[in-house]
Amino acid sequence: MKPFQYLRPKTIAEAISMAADDPEARYIAGGTNLVDLMKRGIASPTKLIDINHLPLKKIEHRYDRLRIGALALNSEVAKHKAVVTRQPLLAQALLAGASGQLRNMATVGGNLLQRTRCSYFYDLALPCNKRKPGSGCGAEGGINRTHAIFFAGNGFGGIEKSSCLAVHPSDMCVALTAVDTVVVVNGPDGERRIQMKDFLRLSTQQPELDTNLGPGELVTAIEVLDNAFAKHSHYLKVRDRASYAFALVSVAVALQMDGGRIWDARLALGGVAHKPWRYWAIDLMLRGKAPSEQLFREVAEHEMESAKALEGNAYKIKLTSNAMVAALKTAAGIS
Amino acid sequence: MKKQLLDNASDTSLDRVDGAVKVTGTATYSAEYLVPGLVHAVLVTSTIAKGSITAIESREAEAVPGVLAVISHLNAITVPGWPERKQPAERVPVGTALRVFYDPLIYFDGQPVAMVVAGTREQAVHAASLVRVTYQQETHQTHFEKNIGKAGVALNVQRSKNSPFQDYQRGEAAKSENTEVRIEAEYTIPTQHHQPLEPHAIIAVWEADDKLTVYDKNQGVKSAQGQLAQAFKLPRENVQVISKYIGGAFGSGIRVWPHTMAAVMAAKQLKRPVKLVLGREQMFTSVGYRPYTVQKINIGATKDGRLIGIVHEGTGQTSMYEEHLERTVLASRTLYACPHVATRYRLLPLDVNTPTWMRGPGDATGMFALESAMDELAFALKMDPLEFRLKNYAESDPERNLPWSAKSLRECYELGAEKFRWNNRMQAPRSVTQNGLLMGYGMASSLYGFHRHPSKVRAVIQADGSVIVQSATMDIGPGTGTAMTRIAAKVLGVNAKKIRFELGHSALPDAPGQNGSATIPSVGSAVHVACEALKTRLVALAREMSERFKSGGQVVVRNGQVYGSVDDKDGVSYADILKYHHLNELEVTEESKSGAERDQYSMYSFGCHFVEVLVSPLTGEVRVTRVVTCADVGAIINYKTARSQSIGGVVGGIGMALMEHSEMDHRFGRYVTTDFAGYHIPVHADIPPIEVYYIDKPDVHVNPIGSKGLGEIAIVGVAAAIANAVFHATGKRVRELPITPDKLV
Repeated sequence: MKPFQYLRPKTIAEAISMAADDPEARYIAGGTNLVDLMKRGIASPTKLIDINHLPLKKIEHRYDRLRIGALALNSEVAKHKAVVTRQPLLAQALLAGASGQLRNMATVGGNLLQRTRCSYFYDLALPCNKRKPGSGCGAEGGINRTHAIFFAGNGFGGIEKSSCLAVHPSDMCVALTAVDTVVVVNGPDGERRIQMKDFLRLSTQQPELDTNLGPGELVTAIEVLDNAFAKHSHYLKVRDRASYAFALVSVAVALQMDGGRIWDARLALGGVAHKPWRYWAIDLMLRGKAPSEQLFREVAEHEMESAKALEGNAYKIKLTSNAMVAALKTAAGIS
Repeated sequence: MKKQLLDNASDTSLDRVDGAVKVTGTATYSAEYLVPGLVHAVLVTSTIAKGSITAIESREAEAVPGVLAVISHLNAITVPGWPERKQPAERVPVGTALRVFYDPLIYFDGQPVAMVVAGTREQAVHAASLVRVTYQQETHQTHFEKNIGKAGVALNVQRSKNSPFQDYQRGEAAKSENTEVRIEAEYTIPTQHHQPLEPHAIIAVWEADDKLTVYDKNQGVKSAQGQLAQAFKLPRENVQVISKYIGGAFGSGIRVWPHTMAAVMAAKQLKRPVKLVLGREQMFTSVGYRPYTVQKINIGATKDGRLIGIVHEGTGQTSMYEEHLERTVLASRTLYACPHVATRYRLLPLDVNTPTWMRGPGDATGMFALESAMDELAFALKMDPLEFRLKNYAESDPERNLPWSAKSLRECYELGAEKFRWNNRMQAPRSVTQNGLLMGYGMASSLYGFHRHPSKVRAVIQADGSVIVQSATMDIGPGTGTAMTRIAAKVLGVNAKKIRFELGHSALPDAPGQNGSATIPSVGSAVHVACEALKTRLVALAREMSERFKSGGQVVVRNGQVYGSVDDKDGVSYADILKYHHLNELEVTEESKSGAERDQYSMYSFGCHFVEVLVSPLTGEVRVTRVVTCADVGAIINYKTARSQSIGGVVGGIGMALMEHSEMDHRFGRYVTTDFAGYHIPVHADIPPIEVYYIDKPDVHVNPIGSKGLGEIAIVGVAAAIANAVFHATGKRVRELPITPDKLV
């Protein structure tokens, strides 16, 4: 690990000023990802700005939304009463991620900013457009069993235009993508509110950028808008072992049901794209209909028409489809 | 779990004698010795798989504060036991261990090419990242299937007529081709790594120019001592190897690896004690692995289920510079009463580092194929898999035509089946579901050859009646000290708390390393013999004290005392015996080894595993939900630690079957799964209740304690039992490990 400067600001303003004018400065909270990246030589910040003492831990429900401070721990959020009752999908997704020890260290802000676990990204000796723009994508023509099947502008020559085949590793972000979430950030130019769908990026251009955060900007909170999905939501994670593994595929489903029919439907997929993949058309396809396995199968297969497998991950087409069916069935309460 | 412990409430096993120091963090592992003046070494490893180094740019690294040296083939000391360097460098003949920092040649990706030594580990890690190595690259071959045509009989085997790895045939080779019911299939296991949680580490200290001490994580202090003495041309006694506590090894510590040599060379060069700890990613190319192996099995039986023929061919990968041979195809000669058997074993040299023994070496690989094929054949015969095995039970060793020293595999099958409730199994696959998940039952047999090596043990009784027992044996986790203490306590009639067993130091009496499930059979026997000798001496001394102890065979020992007979109320304590004879201590050293019985009997440990799995029909995820494992290893020395060893073997087998896979990108010849996010081993949530049973019947022919090895059979066969259960659950046969969701969805 390269030598770096360690700073501990007392206020948000002080933290932002410390990061200003230094593109190599990094904020650190739980450090569960950044420290790994530093050890492997992938991140070598000049400055580590430790934000753990900033007042950003609060979880509260106000007006029409649940506001979760960026420093709230994954484990605290997952068990918080307001989260469990109002946004159980988020609680489920958080508990599906990492391990108990990591969730006790990892923060919500850090979870949003996790970098991919693609093994080419992690090995300095191998090419990676995300780590070293222009060096090529190691996963292309390489080991890509866990890589993407949905790409920027799928159906419009997606793979060809993607400079990075990696997938986003977060479970939490999949749940947040399914429902309406706002990311609150603060920076040299003041506070900004970014829709979750616009916060993370696809990899058409500049795959080195995972998010649309500006230079020196700091995530301060997320806000999950109230919804009527609590009774019919489900997070399904498919992985190579029972716990402590990144998703091969995950599905966040949120349904609003009444009188045996679906009136609103949201679905996002993890492990299939450079960012959580929102299935935008599902609401139109399910609205007003009674849930059934056949309906869900049709809906799932429809979305998979725009997926495209790489050499090593053809299985993901069927697996993703199956996982959507399984998650939709559970959320709808049919067997 | 709780119930199981209660079932054994009458169990008198010892707790681990070193349990407290291990869980309180006071056990000193190799990297933890506080040696004054210690400096830290970090390896720089190659990023190409074949070629040679053209330049090493180290000025930037050398400028990092605290850096003492950047060592490479350009400036490393000459190791006296190695031949002089050739100019230009030549590739070594097959059979030559990798010589680190010897010449510019690269044999595999991840080979050490330089080493930074600095005052702190952080300085060394940072400086190592600044060393720039340039290469002249040559085309490498690492892809097994693409190179399979280059596989051949190992040179070692060609030279040795009596090698067990020679082609083998009994009966007619092609017999299985013409049987009524026949299976022909190919099975693949990928490269798998030991990856113990404790990384390999060494502290090398030159006490004088010709005197070396190393604190090294390894599985054999005596063998490491010998190898280091030879390399540095020192008398054996001038080299001391200490390896008292080991955080898992599974075979990765059987050899002296290049990193150990590197640390010893650096310590010599810098005249400072040097510590080297491998990084997790370096563990994938530094300490061996279970080799990628492809096996073909052709197996046939009569319609009523009598085995007629087995042809078992296996090809394993090895490096370009060494041949690693293992028992892959050998179980097919022994396990079943089958008249026509042929086995062939080939090696495929690739531009990779040398594989090594990993728990159940060869047998775990081979039994995945054989016991999967047996299951396939049972299904084709419409027979219960267990009934099929019982029908072909070998009452004597069909390979050597010798009686078994003892074999209770039938009892294992029966006990295991009863505890598992195997009889509830429906014959048809995909016929049972539970909460929407497919349920399957599978079973497999296990066997592993008996190994016993000459072992010496010193037993000392001290003035206060406490006992010290010593041997240069090892404990990589099974609880060697605990088992040996139990043996000594039983023979001497002394409370275990008064016995201290010492191991893991090369100055102790000669013993084999811990491998091949040989420790209890070998060293346990020597402890028994040494303690018997000590007891005899004590009784003889007691006889000189009183007429009471002269009654021939009547004398007994218990509670640290000698008694005239079983009913005798008054004994004389060992302490009093020593005091009476003005002795500070009484010491014996004994050796124990095999004799003629090796030629009279065929000796194996046996066992079987029964597994229940649940498989998601939609996502293909497999979860093992129940395991019953049953072993016949002769007498069980210490139930509690034996049980832990069996559980550990099953856990390893679950990893082998469902997760472990070191994937290489062959364009670069480089592994891409070099951390625990990429290389999956089971976590707690993957492990179901595991029930462990033993037949616990002494094998009177093998050794004085009647006990055979347990470490390997605990894992051998587990992967097949799981694959068989997955077939039963899903109707899908997976012949390539690991069985991940992509193969079932």
